[in-house]
Amino acid sequence: MLLLEQILNGLLVGTYYTLLALGLSIIFSLGGVVNLAHGAFYAVGAYLIVFLSELIGFPVAFVVTPILVGMIGIIVETFFLRRLYTKDPILTLLFTFGLAMSAEQVLRLSFGASGIPFSIPEFLSGQLHLGSFIYSYYRLAILAVTTVSIGGLWLLFNKTSFGLIMRAGVADSEMVRAMGISIKPILSLVFAIGVGLAAVAGSMSASLTGVQPAMGNDIVTAAFVICVLGGLGSFWGVVFAGLLVGVLKGVTALYIPPAAEGSIYALMVLVLIFRPRGMFGIRFDRLE
Amino acid sequence: MNNKQTISRRGLIKGSIGGFAGLSAGALGAPAIINASDDTIRVGHITPRSGFLGTLGDYGFRGVNLAVEELNAAGGILGREVDLFSEDSVGSAVAPTKAQKLIEKRKVHFLIGEISSGSGGGVMATAKRLKTMYMQTGCNSDALRGEKCNPYSFHVEAGNTMYTKTIGNWQNRAGNVNGKDFYMLTADYAFGHDLARVSTRFLTENGGNVMANELVATNTPDYSPYILKIKAAKPDFVYINLAGADQTTFLKQYKEYGLNYAVSGGVMDTAGFWAAGIDSITGYWQSLWYHGMNTPSSQAFAKAFTQKYKKPPENQAWGDYIGVKIMAAAMEEAKSVDPAKIIPLLESGMEFDILKPRKGHFRKWDHSLLQQMFVVKVKDKAEMQDEWDIFEIVEASPGDNEKLDVIQPTQSENMCVMG
Repeated sequence: MLLLEQILNGLLVGTYYTLLALGLSIIFSLGGVVNLAHGAFYAVGAYLIVFLSELIGFPVAFVVTPILVGMIGIIVETFFLRRLYTKDPILTLLFTFGLAMSAEQVLRLSFGASGIPFSIPEFLSGQLHLGSFIYSYYRLAILAVTTVSIGGLWLLFNKTSFGLIMRAGVADSEMVRAMGISIKPILSLVFAIGVGLAAVAGSMSASLTGVQPAMGNDIVTAAFVICVLGGLGSFWGVVFAGLLVGVLKGVTALYIPPAAEGSIYALMVLVLIFRPRGMFGIRFDRLE
Repeated sequence: MNNKQTISRRGLIKGSIGGFAGLSAGALGAPAIINASDDTIRVGHITPRSGFLGTLGDYGFRGVNLAVEELNAAGGILGREVDLFSEDSVGSAVAPTKAQKLIEKRKVHFLIGEISSGSGGGVMATAKRLKTMYMQTGCNSDALRGEKCNPYSFHVEAGNTMYTKTIGNWQNRAGNVNGKDFYMLTADYAFGHDLARVSTRFLTENGGNVMANELVATNTPDYSPYILKIKAAKPDFVYINLAGADQTTFLKQYKEYGLNYAVSGGVMDTAGFWAAGIDSITGYWQSLWYHGMNTPSSQAFAKAFTQKYKKPPENQAWGDYIGVKIMAAAMEEAKSVDPAKIIPLLESGMEFDILKPRKGHFRKWDHSLLQQMFVVKVKDKAEMQDEWDIFEIVEASPGDNEKLDVIQPTQSENMCVMG
């Protein structure tokens, strides 16, 4: 029974990881950028929800936060990242690494190193009891938001002309340009959506963990592991890997608690040995 | 034509993993040099400024800064200006190197700081090897005062046994130990292991039953798997041996699930409780020092700190502040900066105003600061005067008429052979 609870709980937690990992994955797929600053956008999202909630209330702040962070993303992409796409990929790694450290320090200088308390909104507090299984309403709300976000992303990429151009850009950006379609605004938007997803995750976790400058660092390591496990560039691969990581952590915590956090790295090593592209990775010419 | 430069998949993943690992390990190790000249007293401050202990480290840094500022305003130490050199200790692999750098390159007269017991052991060994004094202000592991003790290291921070006995004796009197079941969550590194050991010893000696002890990785973002296990186990108390940001995360998520098993623990960091917020905390805890303390010197420190930093000091700020003040007083008394003169003086029982009702002094055989701790109760939300006002002090331990070493480990519990 406890095992069943952990599996169910792991699936629910997994959707949350998936949201973060999908943001990383789409940014990588189109621009080839491994966004080491993803955690910084996640942290900025958490700080924004804390301060905006006081001004305009949680529900509105929850909608506004990812939009604001997305706009920051567009600025970063337009003025900095865009110049680096055609250069050595190590430069984008260095740039986003520097951005992550700078953002953490800006948060530290602006709001202090101490954690800022932020409670679950009154209307989402409380728990759902299903037999012996217990789940908080807040986490159910997270589940709903992540499910809608993941579904929305899939529709955007697969059922719209924007998605068509984006997928074409992933396959061969030169050809898209040759067809007379500018890929630049697509790159900006995809980056904005990616970091916007990080901000959604950050604003949801503000009430579950401490809001502090370094909050994005570790969680994003897990998101990156999920991208690698699922296969860089694979939408459903990332979703599957996210859920798998959630379940793996829960089940390991049940039987071998000290290994719970480490288990996902062990899984990554195994997957990379047998499937270097990840479980559902697609072939990227520029990586082969 | 594709003019993009390429990188291999393997290279990209390696580079990215390095990047993410660097971020999560806290790569921000830039030293801070406040000022420097030759004929000065040089203080080497070393503490984690990033990672899950970064918040506490920041308080320590501010505490040590305020102490140095006050000393210089009053004419320095032995008439010499005090210089502060500060390093981010990052983690146990880096801390000893940073300590060595402070001693050999900056030529500091003594080291102060650290929070992680893993790192603190390394700093202590370096201090001993390079014959430099070290005021340890934040590591709780008893082992640092026991099997790892050395003549150059003095411990301002209270050890795990002191934290455990302070709250344990109080809970024991309230009938909350004998016959009760405790479910432990323990930070999976030196500090947590040591705390679980001394807590288990105390609880079982007093008739309690530790039904489980789960080791949890530091910086765990999600405690829901553990909370489900706690619910299934139905303990009388959840007992946390967690530090820093991990305290905050657990307390918030435990509140989220609405379980009504009381939470207690082997240690309490005020910063972690501030970050969790009054809605997520409840019950009785142990505190090394709290800014609401009513002694005049304590109030003066809290006021000066609040004026300078716009928020009250946390107990970690107290530790680093008082550590510098103790060294300054000892150097003045010894009229020397020579460890060979200061160490015997500290071992002789010299008393210091440590901003608590009773003065403190170091115990000779293990260099542990004999001092009072406090049982604190989480306030009702309605009684809070501001967001920092979360505790009321219930009692001091040891009390006015008790010996100062009643909460300390005995020699048989924590043997130290100074070597």
